[in-house]
Amino acid sequence: MENLSLMMAPLFSSKLLLVLFFGTLFGLILGVLPGLGPTTGGALILPFTMTLDPLSAIVLLTSIYCAGTYGGAITAILINTPGTPAAAATCLDGYPLAQKGEAGRALGMATVSSTVGGIFSVIVLVFFAPLLAKLAYEFGQPEYFALAIFGLTMLASIGDGSPIKNLIAGAFGILISTIGKDFMTSIDRFTYGINELSEGIGFIPVVVGLFAISEMLTQSTMLDQVFKRVALKAVRLPTLKDYKLTWKTILRSSGIGSFIGVLPAEGGTVASLIGYSEAKRWSKNPEEFGKGSIEGIAGAEAANNAATGGAMVPTLALGIPGSATTAVILTGLIIHGVRPGPDLFREQPEFLYGIFGSMLIANILFFIFGFFGAKLFARITLVPNKILWPMIFAVSVCGIYSLSQSIIDVWIMLFFGVIGFFMRRYGFSVVPVIIGLILGELVEGTLRQSLVIFDGNWLMFFTRPIVLTFFILSTIALLFSLFKRKNKI
Amino acid sequence: MNSVQNKKRANKTSLPFFLKDEFKVSFIIIFISIILLITTFTFDIVPPILNRGIQPATFPKALLVLIISLTTIIYYLSIKKPWKVEKKLPKEFFLTLFTFILFIIISKTLDFFLAISALSIVVSYYWGEKRIFYLLLVSIIFPLIVFIFFETILGLRFPPGIITNIYYN
Repeated sequence: MENLSLMMAPLFSSKLLLVLFFGTLFGLILGVLPGLGPTTGGALILPFTMTLDPLSAIVLLTSIYCAGTYGGAITAILINTPGTPAAAATCLDGYPLAQKGEAGRALGMATVSSTVGGIFSVIVLVFFAPLLAKLAYEFGQPEYFALAIFGLTMLASIGDGSPIKNLIAGAFGILISTIGKDFMTSIDRFTYGINELSEGIGFIPVVVGLFAISEMLTQSTMLDQVFKRVALKAVRLPTLKDYKLTWKTILRSSGIGSFIGVLPAEGGTVASLIGYSEAKRWSKNPEEFGKGSIEGIAGAEAANNAATGGAMVPTLALGIPGSATTAVILTGLIIHGVRPGPDLFREQPEFLYGIFGSMLIANILFFIFGFFGAKLFARITLVPNKILWPMIFAVSVCGIYSLSQSIIDVWIMLFFGVIGFFMRRYGFSVVPVIIGLILGELVEGTLRQSLVIFDGNWLMFFTRPIVLTFFILSTIALLFSLFKRKNKI
Repeated sequence: MNSVQNKKRANKTSLPFFLKDEFKVSFIIIFISIILLITTFTFDIVPPILNRGIQPATFPKALLVLIISLTTIIYYLSIKKPWKVEKKLPKEFFLTLFTFILFIIISKTLDFFLAISALSIVVSYYWGEKRIFYLLLVSIIFPLIVFIFFETILGLRFPPGIITNIYYN
């Protein structure tokens, strides 16, 4: 009961309501614009959150996450281009249905199933995050090391590219985290006598560079791309017949999405693909899939929005990001001095339940915005890249400069933008770099502290049951992703 | 579709190995990793009495060895199955890249605001925007709004330069 009142607290704070309003609106705009999305948008907004208190900052980021994930569906349905990668499966049936003159029905179903999936996942978050955090009380340094290794092995299955390239990218991210003074001995590493590097490389310039600036370079190679937009009269709520046809699919996909979201480093993209394929498998009309099936839209959209709450479970309970966007949210937590983990649940329940409540409200807000404003949001796609991206660049540069009033940070952002572009061009995902960068200090710190505890005996790791379990899970996860994608290695 | 892909791959196999993307990418990763690995040998060594667990250089060394090993594996695998052929980069990409360099030079020597304006106008123009109003919008009006927003609302002081000095004076 007490937790419920903590969850409802944002409703009674005008400041948080305002943050939620703008976060949801901004998230929707970002989700609608192909190439941006909640991850890049979250990265762009990170420097601005420095002016907010920690709760408002995280509420802003989580509302962008929830609304941005849904926003991708609008573009997927109307222009056959997913606004976010998580909406890729929505294109399969959303666009064909829109072409049949039923864009309003398709968007209505996407809005309802996204809202149900999102709310379902917040309930999962409220119940499972404290349980996982309780489990983490048993963890010492060796267990955290093994957990971080498990999180890193899950990187192999990110995206649809080569698992080995993902692992290289993850190792590169951890390597970046070693730049600067060694936190245990204060010895300089990879600083090459440059004073600015002694403090290490900040998260935000790397995140904005890898997501926003590399996307700007990618857009420069796609200027001839033309979008064909399907006309939309108004969003229509699904009919009773639609509900009868899809309620099981929505619930199933909500469960699938929440579960996939909980797995470290997985996220909405994987969830929506599985949600879609399961919807097809259980459907009485599988032959309609790909031709404008309402069940296909419901399956994909409920799953990708359900992954938002799921992905927040390991992020808040263990400090291991559940998806690319939660990696950005985790960065937000760290720069605001909030260390996720069991202590957070014990010491700051009002902070956590404030986040849970805000996510719930964000899901309701994007339903309202989506239902009444989808037509307007769809028009945002008409803003040409030749105007949009120079503006994004100006905001990115000023935002990064504002962090520590250092021009070096801006150069670092540009450098990682170029690196990110070439990584993506040659099939290396940039998400593992961010997750590696975030987990780098945890991996090295816990490894070295564990070795102090074990008096330098590496074999002692295998004497602890939780560590052994995580090592076995890591091996299985790695072998599974290598086997599953043997064609893409 | 598959036959086109195979044809592209077949054409690609006729290139000498050092001109293929697989080799170039793997070579660059391994080359940089080796340089960084050599650097790790220059890190200070902590005396045993102060050393906690492992030396500060050990962890980065292990990571670099891992990166080199995994890159060798992907190169070996690419011999059997070449990577997808990437489209040649258009001139707009190189122009955008050039504007980044221009931005760094102008922001360091002349003015931060001017650097943003210069990049915005060049990028917008070469990406296809020829209308004067929109060029002014992205290069002057919008950066000015951003500048004032950061300056007044967030209290940020921009680095000195020919334009910012006029504003601050």
